[in-house]
Amino acid sequence: MLGRLTEGLSARTLILLTLLLAVLLAAPFFASDYLLTVLILILYFAYVGQAWNIMMGFAGHLSLGHALYVGLGAYTAAALYVHYGIGPWIGLLVAIPIAALAGAFIGYLAFRFKVGGVYFAILTIAFAEFARVGFDHLAWTKGSSGLFLPVAQYSKNDLWHLRGQPVMFYYVLLVAVVAAFIGCRALLQSRIGYFWLAIREDEEAARSAGIDTFRYKMIAVVISAAMTSFAGVIYAFYYNNLFPEQVFHISRSIEIILGPIVGGVGTLFGPILGAFVLTGLAESLTEGLHAIGIDIPGAKQVFYGICLLFVIMALPDGVWPWVKRRLGLSERAP
Amino acid sequence: MPFDIYLNVAVGGILTGLVYGLMALGLSVIFGVVRVVNFAHGEMMTVAMYIAVTLFSAFHLDPLVMLVPIAAVLGVFGYALQAGLINPFITRPEHSQFLLLVAVAIILVNVLLIVFGPDAKNVQVSYAYDSFQIGPLIVDATKAYAALAALVVAAALFCFFQYTTLGTAIRACADNYTGALVVGLDVKHLYALTFALGSACVGAAGVMLALIVDVTPSLGPAYTLLAFIIVITGGLGSMPGALLGGVMIGLTEALAGLLFTPSAKSMFSFAILVLVLLFRPQGILGKKVA
Repeated sequence: MLGRLTEGLSARTLILLTLLLAVLLAAPFFASDYLLTVLILILYFAYVGQAWNIMMGFAGHLSLGHALYVGLGAYTAAALYVHYGIGPWIGLLVAIPIAALAGAFIGYLAFRFKVGGVYFAILTIAFAEFARVGFDHLAWTKGSSGLFLPVAQYSKNDLWHLRGQPVMFYYVLLVAVVAAFIGCRALLQSRIGYFWLAIREDEEAARSAGIDTFRYKMIAVVISAAMTSFAGVIYAFYYNNLFPEQVFHISRSIEIILGPIVGGVGTLFGPILGAFVLTGLAESLTEGLHAIGIDIPGAKQVFYGICLLFVIMALPDGVWPWVKRRLGLSERAP
Repeated sequence: MPFDIYLNVAVGGILTGLVYGLMALGLSVIFGVVRVVNFAHGEMMTVAMYIAVTLFSAFHLDPLVMLVPIAAVLGVFGYALQAGLINPFITRPEHSQFLLLVAVAIILVNVLLIVFGPDAKNVQVSYAYDSFQIGPLIVDATKAYAALAALVVAAALFCFFQYTTLGTAIRACADNYTGALVVGLDVKHLYALTFALGSACVGAAGVMLALIVDVTPSLGPAYTLLAFIIVITGGLGSMPGALLGGVMIGLTEALAGLLFTPSAKSMFSFAILVLVLLFRPQGILGKKVA
C-alpha cells in the first residue's frame, strides 16, 4: 500500500513532503490562537481547491459555482442537526448524495447539450445564484435570517458532534487535505485520470479515440461536488451560522477557485500552495496595513487585487510549477 | 389587480430592460471580437455611475448631458485596459483571463469603496418625478429618457460596425484572427478599440442607470452577472440579441417583482438563463457555432 503510494516519487520529494506534513502536524502546539484560525482557513481552501481542481484542472471544465456544493453540504448537515439533533457525520452521509445529485443534474444538462467553456461556467454561476435566492425563501432553513447552530463553551472536543475548539477542526481538515491529495493523485494515475486529461486537452480527439466523454465528465463533476460538500459540513460546524447571502454568494465561488489558479491549475500541489499564498497574503496585508496605521475599508482588497494581477502576469501557469523548478523537483531540466 | 398596473409595470420593465440591454451590448461586443469575457463589466459600470453622481452633486451637471463625455472616459479606460493588461492574455486559457479580470474587478470595487464610502448615493434631477401619460399608461420620464438614449447609442454602434471602414476591420478580426493579421490589420489596436467601444457602452448605460437606481460600490458583481444572463439569453456576440435579452430580463424582473416577491425576481432571470442554455445554447438570436 505504502509502496504504491510513494511510487514514482523521488527521494527529495518524499523528504520534503514528510517535512511539510510534520510541520503541519506539529503546528497547533506552537501556533497562537490567531495563527491557528489562519491555518484552518488555509486548510479549508486547500481542500475545496483540490475538489474544484478535479473539474477544471483534470477534466477541463471551468466551474464558477462551487459555492453551491459547499452551501448544500453546509445547509443539509446544519439543518439535520438543528431540527433532529442528527450529528454531522451522519449528516454528511445525506449531504454527499445531495451535492452529488446537484452536480450530476448540472453536469447532465450541460454535457447532454454540449454546453462547454464560458457557457458552462455561467451555467454553474446560475445554479449557485438560483440556490442563493431559493434558500433566502426557504423557511425550513430559516431563509435570509440565517440558520444558527447552538454554541457553548467546550471544555473537551466532541469529535462525533464536531463541537469543540478550533484545534479539532484543524486536525479534521488536515486529514481531509491529506486524503484529498492522496485520492486525487490516485485518480490522476488511474484510467479515469488519463481519460480526463485527454478530454481536457482535446475533447473531440478523446471522443474519436473511443472515450465516453459524457460519462467521464459526469464522474468528474459528481466526485468534485461530493468532495466539496464535506467542506460545507465543516464550514457549518466551524462557523455555527449560515446565511444564503454569504454561503452561496458568487464571491465564495471565486474565493474557492483563486487558490488553485494561483497555485497552478491541474497540478496536485497547486491548490495547497495557492491556499497558503493567498490566505497568507490576505492576512499579512491585514497585519501590515494595521501596523503602518492604514485603516481604510477596502485598502487591503486593493493591494490584494494588485498582487493577484502581478501573480497572474508573471506566473501564468501558477506558482507551483515555478516553485517546483526552484526546489529541483521537476522531472525535466529547468 | 387591474390590468393597468400590469401594463405600467411591464412598460417600466421594458424601458429599464433597454438600459440593461445597452450594458450587455458592451459585454457582447467585447466577447464577440476579443473573445474575452469581461468579468469586471458591472464594476466598470459602477465607476461610470459614480462619475455621473459626483458630477451632478458637485457641479449640477445633468447625467443625460454628461452621457457622451462619461462614455468617452470609460472608453479611454477600456482602451488602456485592453492594450496594457488583456492583450498579452488573449491566447491564454480562460481561467487565466478570468483571474486577470477578477483582479481588476476587486481593485475597482475597493477603490470606489475607499473614495466614496459604502453609503448609497443617487442623482436627484429636477425631472425625477415627471411622467408622461399616454391613455391609461403612466411612464416615468427618467426611464423613458434613459431607454431612448440607450436605443440611440445602440443604433450608433450598429451603424459604426456596419458602415464604417474601421467597423468592418473590427468585424474582420472577429471573423478570422489569422486572416486579419495576413491582410495587415493592426489586430491589437483594433482589439483595444473594441474594448474601448464596449466600455463606452457600459459607461453610457451606467450614467442612465444612475438616474434609476441608487449607487453603492458593491453593485458591480450583481450587474456583471446580469450582463452575462442577458447576453447569453440574447446570444453572445449578437448586437440585437443583447437588446432583446435586456428587454426580456427587464420585463421578467418587473413582472416577477409584481406577481411574487421582489426579492425573488432574479430567480426568474436565472431560470430563463438555464432554459436558454439548455435548449438554445447559442442564445435566442445567436448564430450556431460548431
